[in-house]
Amino acid sequence: MSATVPAHEPAPTPFAFFMRSTLRAFNTNKTSWVGLVIFLLVVVAAILAPWIAPHDPLEQDVLNRLKPPSAAFWLGTDNFGRDTLSRLLYGAQISLIIGIVSTFFAMLIGTVIGMGAGWYGGRFDTVVMQAMDVLLAFPSLILGLIVVAMLGPSMTNIIIAIALTSIPPFARIARAPTIAVKERDFVEACRSLGFSDLRILSVHILPNILPEILVMGSLWLANAIRTEASLAFIGLGVKPPTATWGGMIREGFENILDSYWLAMVPGVAILVVIFALNLLGDGLRDAIDPKLKGEA
Amino acid sequence: MTAFLIRRLAFACVTLFAVLTLVFVLVRIVPGDPAQLILGDQASREAIVALRHRLGLDLSITEQYRVFLVGALKGDWGVSMVTGQPVIAEVLRVLPWTIELTLVSLVLGVAAGVPMGVYAAIHRNRFFDYVARIVSLLGLSFPAFVAAILLLLMFAIVLPWFPVISARSGSPTAWFQSITLPAINLGLISAAYIMRVTRSAMLEVLSEDYVRTARAKGVPWPVIIWRHSLRNALIPIITVVGLYLGILIGNSVLTEIVFNRPGLGKLIIGALNQRDYPMLQGMMVIYTMVVVLVNLITDLTYGLVDPRVKLQ
Repeated sequence: MSATVPAHEPAPTPFAFFMRSTLRAFNTNKTSWVGLVIFLLVVVAAILAPWIAPHDPLEQDVLNRLKPPSAAFWLGTDNFGRDTLSRLLYGAQISLIIGIVSTFFAMLIGTVIGMGAGWYGGRFDTVVMQAMDVLLAFPSLILGLIVVAMLGPSMTNIIIAIALTSIPPFARIARAPTIAVKERDFVEACRSLGFSDLRILSVHILPNILPEILVMGSLWLANAIRTEASLAFIGLGVKPPTATWGGMIREGFENILDSYWLAMVPGVAILVVIFALNLLGDGLRDAIDPKLKGEA
Repeated sequence: MTAFLIRRLAFACVTLFAVLTLVFVLVRIVPGDPAQLILGDQASREAIVALRHRLGLDLSITEQYRVFLVGALKGDWGVSMVTGQPVIAEVLRVLPWTIELTLVSLVLGVAAGVPMGVYAAIHRNRFFDYVARIVSLLGLSFPAFVAAILLLLMFAIVLPWFPVISARSGSPTAWFQSITLPAINLGLISAAYIMRVTRSAMLEVLSEDYVRTARAKGVPWPVIIWRHSLRNALIPIITVVGLYLGILIGNSVLTEIVFNRPGLGKLIIGALNQRDYPMLQGMMVIYTMVVVLVNLITDLTYGLVDPRVKLQ
């Protein structure tokens, strides 16, 4: 027993509390660290692309078409003599921008819809969630494909299409806790103090569901990147000659018989990014959901 | 049971109606005049007017909606702009290919995923469990077309065991050869999903009191696993399989492209490239119907597996 009994620790600031629980979540499942590190490496590589790419990703070199990997072209060249490594680095920018922006909007809109449905309940809740279920059941690739085909393959339209298909899961996870918290005494107290719905929802309910939404975000970011690549592979990506991973696979697939690396390299890149995000999200989900701890 | 059936059917009808309306709106928010888009900038005024009439675009919007809804339900989905054939005939011609691929893949996925999930749950936190968790996470990270290209490269090009183009020609051997790689591709990805959900559903059930009671009174372990536990774990598994069918249908599009196999996927890509709007609209209608049907079947399966569901 120490002589000095420590006084009550001051309550941590919300930010410190958030950081501490995040750190604890990461340490519960070490694979989340692996996922995070790999993903951040890709992000850094994408940001540094203009400085580290050995060649211009759009520069055509007819004398060096379809060259296998060499000292000058580490990952070989494509049908137009463009450097695969440089295109891969620039392509990462497109994948990440589309993935992150569309997931962000899906998260935002989905959370608002889910919290609104849970808070107001009744017929509004039934109709909205039914619509979400239908949207969830509809094949997201098909829906994305149709939206992009109708609106035209631009970066904005691809983001709209992917965001649209990713809204329902966020609405679902935002709704249930809202309903659970709604009946608690402290919410009743807030109401009797005359707090507005908006204030109760954003200050008192949102923090409770934020961790779960962020974890879902990392898993759906993986999905968004995959959908973008799939659309580009079908021919509905950001227009060529801009380098996109799905587009590179599409072009490489045409030369699969003699230059297999053209499709393989971007294919492995996509796989690594998605796997890293899944490792990250899956590990964190175990950590924040006590019911699933060490289970799923 | 009858009340349950009627309620589910009514919900399916409402869903169908809602999504058909969405399809109608989607097709009509295309910027610009579809007739102009189809015919190009050089088209004469008369040609555009004639096409607008043929597509029914000269009707009022409510009239177009009525024609679309009635047509969709009666199977009258218009005529393809490219082949001149009725859309429904084109769709029905390739539908069996996609259904066949989806079902074979799903069977493979369940056959591999459920036993592995059960095994991993029983041997939780042992070596097999860790390996299965990482491998399945890797499996569900694969974009379907990347996996398909890898399989094609390995088993059709490096090792020439299977044809590069998966279209069968009659004999059972040819059928087997044409479906194996595409079905393995989709089957492995489904197995990863199904394994994971089976594992977590089983873990939940295995911690229930009645499982402990069964063990205490000496019920043989296999009976506890297969009869008492798996049966109760089936509901979440069916939910995921039902939801997964949507992903599977999307993935089959990519698989059909890589293996150059006929099906809805190839049809929709063709329609996209040719700007065949009636065909695209028809494809959306068929996908909607498939999705609604799958949901209905999923719901009815709940009723079969868990008698309590029917009473709710």
